[in-house]
Amino acid sequence: MAGSRGATYKYKVWMRHRYRSCCSRLGELLAHPSFQVKELALSTLMKFVQLEGTCPLEKPKWEGNYLFPRELLRLVVGGLLSPEEDQSLLLSQFREYLEHDDIRYHTMQAAMDAVAQAPDRHPEVPPTFWNNAFLLLSAVSLPHQEPAVTSFYVKRTELSNKWKVAHRKEHRKTFQAMWLGFLKHKLPLSIYKKVLVTMHDTILPHLAQPALMIDFLTGAYDLGGAVSLLALNGLFVLIHEHNLEYPDFYRKLYGLLDPSIFHVKYRARFFHLADLFLSSSHLPAYLVAAFAKRLAHLALTAPPEALLMVLPFVCNLLRRHPACRVLVHRPQGLELDADPYDPAAEDPAKSRALESSLWELQALQRHYHPEVSKAASVINQTLSVPEVSIAPLLELTAYEVFEQDLKRKGPASLPLEFVPARGLLGQPNDLCTQHFTLG
Amino acid sequence: MSPEEKMMKRFALEQQRHHEKKSIYNLNEDEELTHYGQSLADIEKHNDIVDSDSDTEERGALSAELTAAHFGGGAGLLHSKTSQQEGEEGQKPKSRKELIEELIAKSKQEKRERQAQREDALELTEKLDQDWKEIQILLSHKTAKSENKDKKEKPKPDAYDMMVRELGFEMKAQPSSRMKTEEELAREEQERLRRLEAERLRRMLGKDEDENIKKPKHMSADDLNDGFVLDKDDRRLLSYKDGKMIVQEDVQEEQRKEASDAESEEEEGGGSSGEDPEESDGPDGHSDLESNVESEGENEKTKKEQRRTPEKGQTSDEQKARKAARTELPYTFAAPESYEELRSLLSGRSVEEQLLVVERIQKCNHPGLAVGNKAKLEKLFGFLLEYVGDLATDDPPDFRVIDKLVVQLYNLCQMFPESASDSIRFVLRDAMHEMEEMVETKGRATLPGLDVLIYLKITGLLFPTSDFWHPVVTPALVCMSQLLTKCPILSLQDVVKGLFVCCLFLDYVSLSQRFIPELINFLLGILYIATPNKQSQGYTLVHPFRALGKNSELLVVSDKEDVATWPRSSLSLRWAGGLRTPTMTEANHIRLSCLAVGLALLKHCVLMYRSLPSFHAIARPLQALLVEHLADCSHPCELQELCQSIVTEMDSHKQLLQPLTCEKSKPVPLKLFTPQLVKVLEFGRKQGSSKEEQERKRLIHKHKREFKGAVREIRKDNQFLARMQLSEIMERDAERKRKVKQLFNSLATQEGEWKALKRKKFKK
Repeated sequence: MAGSRGATYKYKVWMRHRYRSCCSRLGELLAHPSFQVKELALSTLMKFVQLEGTCPLEKPKWEGNYLFPRELLRLVVGGLLSPEEDQSLLLSQFREYLEHDDIRYHTMQAAMDAVAQAPDRHPEVPPTFWNNAFLLLSAVSLPHQEPAVTSFYVKRTELSNKWKVAHRKEHRKTFQAMWLGFLKHKLPLSIYKKVLVTMHDTILPHLAQPALMIDFLTGAYDLGGAVSLLALNGLFVLIHEHNLEYPDFYRKLYGLLDPSIFHVKYRARFFHLADLFLSSSHLPAYLVAAFAKRLAHLALTAPPEALLMVLPFVCNLLRRHPACRVLVHRPQGLELDADPYDPAAEDPAKSRALESSLWELQALQRHYHPEVSKAASVINQTLSVPEVSIAPLLELTAYEVFEQDLKRKGPASLPLEFVPARGLLGQPNDLCTQHFTLG
Repeated sequence: MSPEEKMMKRFALEQQRHHEKKSIYNLNEDEELTHYGQSLADIEKHNDIVDSDSDTEERGALSAELTAAHFGGGAGLLHSKTSQQEGEEGQKPKSRKELIEELIAKSKQEKRERQAQREDALELTEKLDQDWKEIQILLSHKTAKSENKDKKEKPKPDAYDMMVRELGFEMKAQPSSRMKTEEELAREEQERLRRLEAERLRRMLGKDEDENIKKPKHMSADDLNDGFVLDKDDRRLLSYKDGKMIVQEDVQEEQRKEASDAESEEEEGGGSSGEDPEESDGPDGHSDLESNVESEGENEKTKKEQRRTPEKGQTSDEQKARKAARTELPYTFAAPESYEELRSLLSGRSVEEQLLVVERIQKCNHPGLAVGNKAKLEKLFGFLLEYVGDLATDDPPDFRVIDKLVVQLYNLCQMFPESASDSIRFVLRDAMHEMEEMVETKGRATLPGLDVLIYLKITGLLFPTSDFWHPVVTPALVCMSQLLTKCPILSLQDVVKGLFVCCLFLDYVSLSQRFIPELINFLLGILYIATPNKQSQGYTLVHPFRALGKNSELLVVSDKEDVATWPRSSLSLRWAGGLRTPTMTEANHIRLSCLAVGLALLKHCVLMYRSLPSFHAIARPLQALLVEHLADCSHPCELQELCQSIVTEMDSHKQLLQPLTCEKSKPVPLKLFTPQLVKVLEFGRKQGSSKEEQERKRLIHKHKREFKGAVREIRKDNQFLARMQLSEIMERDAERKRKVKQLFNSLATQEGEWKALKRKKFKK
């Protein structure tokens, strides 16, 4: 009797060993070069997770005890966060499992651990790991409302309210812990930028305490350059919705304005936010004047598509703040030897912008592009009251400007050059002829 | 009173009368009477000469008289007459008669002399005719045919006669507009250029747009405003011939021109000598007012001139080319239907031949020759443009052909501006599209090939670059701006290309003096990559250039020895095409040349933008870099000098900044309400309403009327019915009454009878 019982036991133990080794083998296969193999291994493992969840390997300690094959999922997550290989395709496959509450919750936990342990395992964490981690983390998206029906991957016969996994609050806590754990590390710049790009709409709203992000965001804002521009958005959300007090915010914003803003990829986003920040009517006049003057100053190096946006932007500033109109209209002003504005001053209060005038816009009235010239000529007349919406101009690209110019209908008769052509470099007064030869 | 005195008196009176008559009554004294436009006096003389037959007879009679008068005659017949006369006038030795006779004699003699001369001349001409005929027969065989023809029709008038008449009646050379002197031509040309320049300025300032609406033309007070315009004075001189009115019509003239037959000249010859009325009346008062028409005409003229001038310059080349090509090139070419066709026509030929082919295609397919030619030549422009692009991308690029083809492109563009602009816009869009795609896929673009640069250059040659807005030039400007901002500079080749684009850009704005931020940025970048040490501040680089990286010292000369050997030379466009890996020295020389061009362009910019109000803000970063350049003394002294001169130009320019003020806007006037005036069209009718309203009112009115009518009808009916009922009742009442009466009567009689009976009884 005992023998037979012992034999069954032995068999079970043996079976469990086989199962373990099968799982670990499948986990190894997640790093297989062939994508089909990887995909198959993933789906098999997930199937195991489902089955093991329904029939736990260990007995529940009490009635209604929540059991989940955490180890198995940890194996899967570990395979996904491979430090050697780019798992982006597999991660996009995994994304569909993340729709289930339980999988999401446990994945977050597993990922948090994996990220926390990463520096211990590798002295120099490879960027692929961070890339994979970022992809996994950004794939996690919490539902905005408390879901009416919790969807579980592992089928449960009865549900209990006591389980952590059923509460959105717990999810948010884990989510926050996961991100904070991730952002604690020194991330590569590209990942840093990616995080900042998605910060305001995928991360911040789901955090239990968004204020915890302040350190990260201010740190990023202080970095300067494109990263600062990107951090603005997150900061704005914090300031706007979570009453963040940020000293010297405008001063730093002022410091962000340098000639490169017209050439970076995030130009539209930056000006959208700058417009928001400067829309308050309670800002002091010197500040707005400094911004207007600085933007006008920078406009002297901007390409036409940016000019078409920044010129109405400056005019809007002047419209909002009538005290700044002296920049374009100073009837009793004296003639000056030089521009009193100091472009090198970091503090807008010391830039003496209010004593200056927007001569830059006057210069831009001579811009080669007719639309820019027209936009700059607005200041010649008294500014009209309604603001010009710059929203459609934010995303304007040079190609669109070009297309618009091509499509515009001209006068009935096309003007032609009346000086006859004498050859490619025929005109003797041309600069081309002076500096280039055909030979 | 002696007879002598009497005579004197009479004579005086006669003279007086004659004189008075002349002055008072003979109004037409001074006028010359004409017939067929010829003086009557002339005609009379002419008749005298022509009617020689009758003259001879008369002459005989007169001569007898003459002899009698002059020589005493000796003829007895006349004696009595003369004696009579002598009785009267004998006393006067030189009487009036004698004077007259003398006069007559003189005239007769003259006439005879003339006659003799004429006869002589006739004889001579006859002789000459005969001689001429002989000579002609000997000389020419060609005219024999026409002679034969003449002989058949009219045997007498020979070729010489005809020729004489022809020459006689041939239109006198009209006084054409005289040849213009060189000064006048120059002035005219200057005037034309001035006008075109004024037009260009207007477009440059962008005032075009609202003024484009046609200005009202001048209107005469007599204008009926019916759109009728008297183009030319079509009145003609009325003239007669042989009693018939001659209608000189252009048609006739044309016919005459076309008709090669000589005879037709005879009939109309007289008429043709008359002046052409249109010519003489052409420059009339109102033609000045139609400035449009005139200017168009002038435009055409100028175009023709322009078309002609470049051809003149080429003639010598062409002639050479013709000599060479005569043996192999066909003279006519069909216009190519596709680009491949054109390519096959042109490929493998020499420069001159290619030019000749293109020219011949143009000539064979001149739009005036056939209907479809315009479309063909329009297509030719596009194909040529493509061909030019292909030539530019070839390795090595064939600039000689492009150089020559540009002239052809210019001519075609002058002919078909619309299609030319479309083709150019198409190639520009292509280039931009390619770049945009590259930016989207790779995140950055590379400077396009030489073809795009050449297209941009050609655009600048074909269209006015100074316009405020131009359908072709403005997109081209945006395209160049893209080239300067989107494309990173990775090699020397890119630098050359970029500098070429800069030159183009500056050429585009050379007249309009417009501001180009991208260009300043680019030149700043060029200066930056030519400086080795990068510590100083005061400037920020923007997009295509990076402060650090492997291309941040692209233009730094690697070997100082090459500085000394650098030959100052222009950049070659060939370097922008396929640059073979040059030797170190060559590369260094190219670097220095690039820097030289960059500095020269910078100087140009500084001079051009000096007047801009924020010039110092624009120039500050450049100045910082230039000072750095100056500090580094490794450059050749030429470049050092250039740098120095730019810096001094920047410093020397002090400008006073006038604070900005808005233009005073006009106060908005109060809105005025003018009363609405309604015309009274017809009295007695309700006015001031729309048609529907009127219709409604009309219907209401009608309804009312109908309603009233209906009511009246009903009322009438009721009355009638009531009347009828009443009469019926009356009738019935009367009947009843009658019956009642009858009954009462019968009862009364009955009663009476009964009473009478009773009384009787009682009595009894």
